[in-house]
Amino acid sequence: MTMHAVTPVASPYRTAFGPDDAPAAHITVRALSKKFQGVTIYENFNLDIPRGRFVSIFGPNGCGKSTLINLISGLVPVDQGEVLFGGKTLADTRIGYVFQNYREALFPWMTAFSNIQYALKLRNVPAPEAKERVDRLVARLGVKIDLSRYPYELSGGQQQLVSIMRALVVEPEVLFLDEPFSALDYEMTLFMRDQLQRIFEETGTTMVLVSHDLEEAVYLADYVLLLSRRPARIADFPLVAVSRPRSDQTLSNAEFIKLKGHCLDIFQREVRQ
Amino acid sequence: MSARFDRFLPLLGVFGLILVWYVGYWVRIVDPVLLPSPHETLIALWKGMTGGALLYDFMRTVFRTFAAIAVASVIAIPLGIVLGANERLYRSVEFVVDFFRSTPASAMFPLFLVIFGVGDATKIYVAAFGAALVILFNVAYGVMNARKTRILAATVMGASRWQVMKDVILMESLPQTFVGLRNGVSLALVIVVVAEMFIGSVDGLGFRVFEAQQLFNMPEMYAAIFAAGALGYGLNIFFLLIEKSFVHWSGK
Repeated sequence: MTMHAVTPVASPYRTAFGPDDAPAAHITVRALSKKFQGVTIYENFNLDIPRGRFVSIFGPNGCGKSTLINLISGLVPVDQGEVLFGGKTLADTRIGYVFQNYREALFPWMTAFSNIQYALKLRNVPAPEAKERVDRLVARLGVKIDLSRYPYELSGGQQQLVSIMRALVVEPEVLFLDEPFSALDYEMTLFMRDQLQRIFEETGTTMVLVSHDLEEAVYLADYVLLLSRRPARIADFPLVAVSRPRSDQTLSNAEFIKLKGHCLDIFQREVRQ
Repeated sequence: MSARFDRFLPLLGVFGLILVWYVGYWVRIVDPVLLPSPHETLIALWKGMTGGALLYDFMRTVFRTFAAIAVASVIAIPLGIVLGANERLYRSVEFVVDFFRSTPASAMFPLFLVIFGVGDATKIYVAAFGAALVILFNVAYGVMNARKTRILAATVMGASRWQVMKDVILMESLPQTFVGLRNGVSLALVIVVVAEMFIGSVDGLGFRVFEAQQLFNMPEMYAAIFAAGALGYGLNIFFLLIEKSFVHWSGK
């Protein structure tokens, strides 16, 4: 594990509404390039994601929001560039990833409990200890799901909660979420947002969320990463200076509305370009 | 009330068939030598299956069918996994597999006779040949069509290629493998029964049907046909039950 000197990027946390309490960069993306079938998605792309913060990624359709977290998490190989986690490579880093399609991401041949435990099994944690750790996580999150059931016996929200727990049980340094709630109905989405917020506050894990819903992106985030049309650039990376825990009242909070409007302006500017 | 009645709807067809049969028998549409009454047939079936020769023939056919499916599985399942895991390899043998899958296995009888002689082995291996191709094809497709997301999910959790294969892809292919096994066993039964009729046989349901027809013992012939039908139906149910307990998640 080698520590790399991280070259600072020009204004990584340029905020429209005041500074954050100066968090250190956790994920550093340097000179990232990626093409799909000759189409350039990223070219010489640089990004710093702060440690222990919640970053939402928002941008025009097809600009490569999901591709970005797939490149960072190693699901898709990069053409060029370097991604480091606190100076470490991906191989030395525990990450968690929550897929949009929980139905196809969970293993239906395992109970919900075994699904979560499997993540630990892959990390060679002995079964009794793994069981204990799953139980601890369940207790800590206050999850009220019958985990002896199979995924297909659970509701959509419960299934996604199980896949979030599967990602969390290894105590990841970073948690990636790819539009995790877009397959859920609105009521369940609202509930799951608050669950995720609670988990974030509870664990303090660096989280990176891809969302196609601006309100959700801003509601959950400490920073909103606004991307341009491809090849994607950082259009803006504002701080969401709204206190936590956020709730229904947050939606009518002046600061929240102002920032959401700002993000929408940038988004529309980028879409029109 | 109607829901309780609905459960017995399948019986209507059975009674209907028996009724039509009796009517046909009474008005003598067919020579009674060729069409015995349902009760004569039933008595022949009962006598044959409780200590008669029919039970022995039934068990011979069961044995050959299971032997064929066992041979087919041992060869086709591992081969299907290997082919499914290497899509380019599969593409290169796909035509051959499809060609022989489409070849009537009965056309292979003479070849197998030359190789294995007139004993049990020929019947079992011809049936295994037909079933193996069906199983192979299904297993390979099951492996190839494993959900990408599940493979990625395991990979991102740190699973090695071998762990992905064993824990994810193999499990993913199970529903399709069982489809192959069910189709394979149906095909194996057909081939075994046909083989028993023609390839110098001394026992088996196919032999019994053929022999009873030669002797104009129609009740016994019909009894053997029904025994074969019950066997086919039973095998399908048997494999469905195994499938349900092994791949409870299938289609969900």
